[in-house]
Amino acid sequence: MADILHAHPFERPEYVREPEAADPGWTSPRPRGLLTRITDIPAVRQASLLVLLGVAWQVYAALLDNTLMLPTAGQALEAFARGIVDGPLLERAWTSVRVLLGGYVVGFALALVLTALAVATRTGSDLLTLLTAMFNPLPAIALLPLALLWFGLGTGSLTFVLVHAVLWPIALNTHAGFLGVSPTLRMAGLSFGLRGPGLVFRLLIPAAFPAILTGLKVGWAFAWRTLIAAELVFGVSAGSGGLGWYIFENRNQLETANVFAGLLAVIVIGLVVEGVVFRSIERLTVRRWGMQQQWRAE
Amino acid sequence: MTAGAEVTVLPQPILSVKGATIRYETAEHRVTAVQRASFEVHRGDRFVLLGPSGCGKSTLLKAVAGFLKPAAGEIELNGRAVTGPGPDRIMVFQEFDQLLPWKTVRDNVIFPLRRAGLAPREAGLRADDYIARVGLSSFAALYPHMLSGGMKQRVAIARAMALEPAILLMDEPFAALDALTRRRMQDELLRLWDDVGFTLLFVTHSIEEAVTIGSRILLLTPHPGRVRAELNVPRSIAQGGDAAGLARRIHGLLFDEAPATGRAAHG
Repeated sequence: MADILHAHPFERPEYVREPEAADPGWTSPRPRGLLTRITDIPAVRQASLLVLLGVAWQVYAALLDNTLMLPTAGQALEAFARGIVDGPLLERAWTSVRVLLGGYVVGFALALVLTALAVATRTGSDLLTLLTAMFNPLPAIALLPLALLWFGLGTGSLTFVLVHAVLWPIALNTHAGFLGVSPTLRMAGLSFGLRGPGLVFRLLIPAAFPAILTGLKVGWAFAWRTLIAAELVFGVSAGSGGLGWYIFENRNQLETANVFAGLLAVIVIGLVVEGVVFRSIERLTVRRWGMQQQWRAE
Repeated sequence: MTAGAEVTVLPQPILSVKGATIRYETAEHRVTAVQRASFEVHRGDRFVLLGPSGCGKSTLLKAVAGFLKPAAGEIELNGRAVTGPGPDRIMVFQEFDQLLPWKTVRDNVIFPLRRAGLAPREAGLRADDYIARVGLSSFAALYPHMLSGGMKQRVAIARAMALEPAILLMDEPFAALDALTRRRMQDELLRLWDDVGFTLLFVTHSIEEAVTIGSRILLLTPHPGRVRAELNVPRSIAQGGDAAGLARRIHGLLFDEAPATGRAAHG
């Protein structure tokens, strides 16, 4: 009956043939010209973009011709180099980074504990939900007055606000990552006898790593912002200030080029951490495991 | 068996692939997946691309869909060169995750219809019609994660058919199903073809499935993919004819040593 409705459209003869011979070199190394080889390196592509932005800055600042308001890119770079070679920039940067790392590590550890509790028990889950809902929207800098009251003027206060800045975004992302782990994988882990911390460290953390990494990146950015802002507010701690203080100091002296040098230092450290540290972690983990694809909208 | 000796005017094919060579490039390598493949699909065909893994059948299908661009040769749909993906060629994939998890079954079917410019009411009616055809009317309000694998594939097929594309592309859509469900889905697909009369381009590595589904079968050999034969599936097979005989013949063509190449590519 169906064949009446849809008579075979077009009967054509069959054919069978020997398959043609495979082309020589049907599989071969990909030929790469010098240009492709260079533009295949992401750092090269991004560096060229950076140069373009720098040129735009230079041109605009030169047209504006107001060193007090906006020094040229050249002047800022010069101040940056001077600050590093015979100025206090490196020392200030190190002061900031040291405090930053301390707060970051403590915040990360606390986030892991909180989320581990949250996947293990219902109360833990409630606690995490409640705490992140309460504290994540609270700007870390708003806690600074309280921190100063409790810990005094110094590293203690800074670490306190840093932990607050880092803890919630990391905990939130890690928890979301844990919840997103496929039930199949979780059941496989349970069958292999993984329980409690074993399940968290050997299965959940690797499986949720893309989300955790996002949390680490967001936490890192939050930490920097908070630290610089805190240093701007209360300046010197224990003798030598950090980059925020450097920026503030130079603005007071109307050394705008130095202000830019301080900002550049923050940016450079951010670029290095993103481009070297996080990129390497990505390459060794989520990229290698095929959890993160690189694709562009066509 | 060959009819058509008296055919004088050749009907226009819906899809014609002419000498298509398709290459993959990774950072270090360039591999030819398909080498100068040619074939034509006519209206109402159930055209099967069959071959072992590595024969480039999926690659060929992706090129027809417009996801890949051939390095040489041409792919034409109704006489116009294929330049990119489009709603006139809808693909049903093997993977169950082709449905949008944030939409219900009904909304999954409606979504591309609205994108294609149908009014909400019209899209809704057509979606309901095709969901009914695959027997899922009572599941229309559910989300994909609540469905079994076979039901998800039915939704994907309904979604593809609802767009009424010039040609339906299927990339081993039943390969991830259990044998019983697969068998039933194959029968359902044939019934839908009887109902709707679409044109189908179907990729599989299963000879049995090719003989069941296909009206015409293109055999491809691997490394790189090249055309070995193009066979008709006699209509008598659907009525319980000698399917096993055809399967044996295909097996022979695919796996027997090809003397002309003069060397054994596989053990």
